[in-house]
Amino acid sequence: MKLTDIQNKVHSTFFKEHQKSLYQSLEDKHTTLEELDDGDPLTTKMVLNMGPQHPATHGVLRLVLQLDGETIEKCKLDIGYLHRGVEKIAENKTYQEFMPYTDRMDYLSPYSNNVALCTAVEKIASVEVPERAQYIRMIGCELARISSHLLWLGTMVMDAGAISFFIWTFKEREKIYDVMDRIAGHRFTVSHARIGGVANDLTDEAMGSIKEFVDTFPKELKDYHKLLDRNRIFFERNEAVGVLRTEDALASGATGPLLRGSGFGLDIRKVSPYLRYNEVEFEVPTRLEGDNLARYYVRMEEMHESIRIIKQCLNKLPYGPIRTDNAKQAYPSKDEVYYSMEGMIHDFMMTDTGICPPEGAECYHSVESPKGELGYYIQSDGTGHPWRLKIKAPSFSNLQVLENILDGEMVADTVVIIGGTDPVLGEADK
Amino acid sequence: MTEVTVTSFIILGTALFMLLNSAAVAVYAERRVAAFIQNRVGPNRVGPFGLLQPIADVLKLLLKEDVTPTEGSKFIHTVAPMIPVVTALMTVAVIPFGEGLYATDINAGVLYLLAVASLSVYGVTLAGWASNSKYSLLGGLRAAAQMVSYELPLGMAVASVVIFVGSLSVVDIAVAQENWWFVFLNPVGAIIFIIAAFAESNRTPFDLVEAEQELVGGFHTEYSSMKFGMFFLAEYMHVVINSMLMVTFFFGSYHLPFAGYWLPELSPLLKGILDVSVFVGKTAFFVFLFIWVRWTIPRFKYNQVMKLGWSRLLPISIINFLVLAAILFFFFNG
Repeated sequence: MKLTDIQNKVHSTFFKEHQKSLYQSLEDKHTTLEELDDGDPLTTKMVLNMGPQHPATHGVLRLVLQLDGETIEKCKLDIGYLHRGVEKIAENKTYQEFMPYTDRMDYLSPYSNNVALCTAVEKIASVEVPERAQYIRMIGCELARISSHLLWLGTMVMDAGAISFFIWTFKEREKIYDVMDRIAGHRFTVSHARIGGVANDLTDEAMGSIKEFVDTFPKELKDYHKLLDRNRIFFERNEAVGVLRTEDALASGATGPLLRGSGFGLDIRKVSPYLRYNEVEFEVPTRLEGDNLARYYVRMEEMHESIRIIKQCLNKLPYGPIRTDNAKQAYPSKDEVYYSMEGMIHDFMMTDTGICPPEGAECYHSVESPKGELGYYIQSDGTGHPWRLKIKAPSFSNLQVLENILDGEMVADTVVIIGGTDPVLGEADK
Repeated sequence: MTEVTVTSFIILGTALFMLLNSAAVAVYAERRVAAFIQNRVGPNRVGPFGLLQPIADVLKLLLKEDVTPTEGSKFIHTVAPMIPVVTALMTVAVIPFGEGLYATDINAGVLYLLAVASLSVYGVTLAGWASNSKYSLLGGLRAAAQMVSYELPLGMAVASVVIFVGSLSVVDIAVAQENWWFVFLNPVGAIIFIIAAFAESNRTPFDLVEAEQELVGGFHTEYSSMKFGMFFLAEYMHVVINSMLMVTFFFGSYHLPFAGYWLPELSPLLKGILDVSVFVGKTAFFVFLFIWVRWTIPRFKYNQVMKLGWSRLLPISIINFLVLAAILFFFFNG
């Protein structure tokens, strides 16, 4: 079946132009292949539309697959179903007002997103952040990483067919939610980081729950390893599936565990340390195989490393303020706001005008989010609103990779590979 | 073939009634066991301990709108769900539940079982085709390929039992296991049979026919209401039937282990009760095994299933058959 026939047969009611160009781009992909098997006398080929409403595409990802039997000949991705214009919204908000929006970008690790925005703004406006706040942020980021990786683990193994695993990992995520609740007062969208520090100090209760989690979680991790590391079916489903070679990974801009699973040990926490990552010890897990199993190992190891980092942070956590004591740069503490005139005025000014970076200043700052390099590029015009704010989302660049590693695999592999790539559409579509 | 008497009809009626109910019990068991494995509570609201949950499920299915795809084949779409149910019900006719407790004793009962069991694939494949959906079609095709591939090792495993008995009657096979269960005499055959039976009933790790994740339900994607209910019912009946077959062929049918050596003579009533309880107990264990496996391990990929079936199970089952036949011929001949 030639694809031109498909276009004649499919009567698309919605977004005709878009559908047409999508099928056209599928046809145009690897045109040499298309010419080779132009004649298909047995009509074994089929175009399968997966998503945007599909249980295993992690949100609203849409794949258009050209199948030969069970084999995917080529595939095209259609993203943008969750586009909310976040970057444009940012231009109409103060920096601090925009922060809750970042929670909704990669909604599986909100803390990393908060920190990414705050560090970028702090860089452009040269704000000094107190030591204690840095460490609290690190703890939050690493908890977010574990939370995100747990969801990846659950969904990827569930996509491979073992449904119970999802619920086991969710049990642990639930504990992280509880910890987040105690740290920030919110379970899911935490919005805990503030420009110039964090919203509130860690209470004793929060400290206790973090410590408890750090102590119990390695045991659970061990259980996961026990269940999967010697599971033949899991191995056969993941080994040599969705192989991404190092040069392809670099060429298509893969980041995070995807890149490290392909043998390139790039971790922003190591190459340009932010917060206080240069003061803690941790390894960057890297595998050479580049297949789905390598990504599994990389992420599992990262969870171990995160626990290690949190433990060190808890030991090193210094006493002191949790927000910079400069009313032009950060919100004053509530004590000041309620009991002094100046505090009240500063609080009002921060909310109304916000922090104003110098006019014409530009900066790019990236952090290592669970999905990869999450960067914020900010252009300032001297007011409290960014002139332009560009988000470099790791899921977006990782989806680029997905489109190419799916070619030649089988239908059953799609869901596992999507799981292994671990995209979050809220972030990719912005 | 034995004469069909009133007793046969009573047994058949009871067996059918029990089988239909066992599907409901299996659904309940599946949900409770799944919940247990996943640290959840499971259904516990409808009736005591949620025991009436299956009734609520069926009621819900009955009240749902029945959707038929406009571009699909309406007739086949309607007929397809009935096939697996009917074939599942047909199987009980030849299974002995106790000493003398069987509906009928066909002298080629084993062949009848294999023939009926392989018919059910038509339901799945036709459903996949008649829905006119690509997901269903892929599911249906996978079903056809998988069933054909696992029919053969299943048949060879059963054949390796038949050579011990020297009869194709299921009743004779059950009687022959009074002293030694065939799982002790023919362990390889038992393992192959269990694996093939899992594949035949489309359960994890061989549930790529449904493949909830990539095929969104596979062959029953386009089914709703009681048509889906029938597939659902058939799946659990097949689980029960396949458990019964495992018990009948390899795990001593209604006999306790080595019963011939130590079990004293009992009154017919007592023996009947004991036999049926033993049979039901063993079947329940294998149903539990089905559920346990489903909620624990991932599923195979299409090509891996084919590889396992054709390049592992089939050769092993044939070699097993030949070796056993040779041993029986040279050492126990006479």
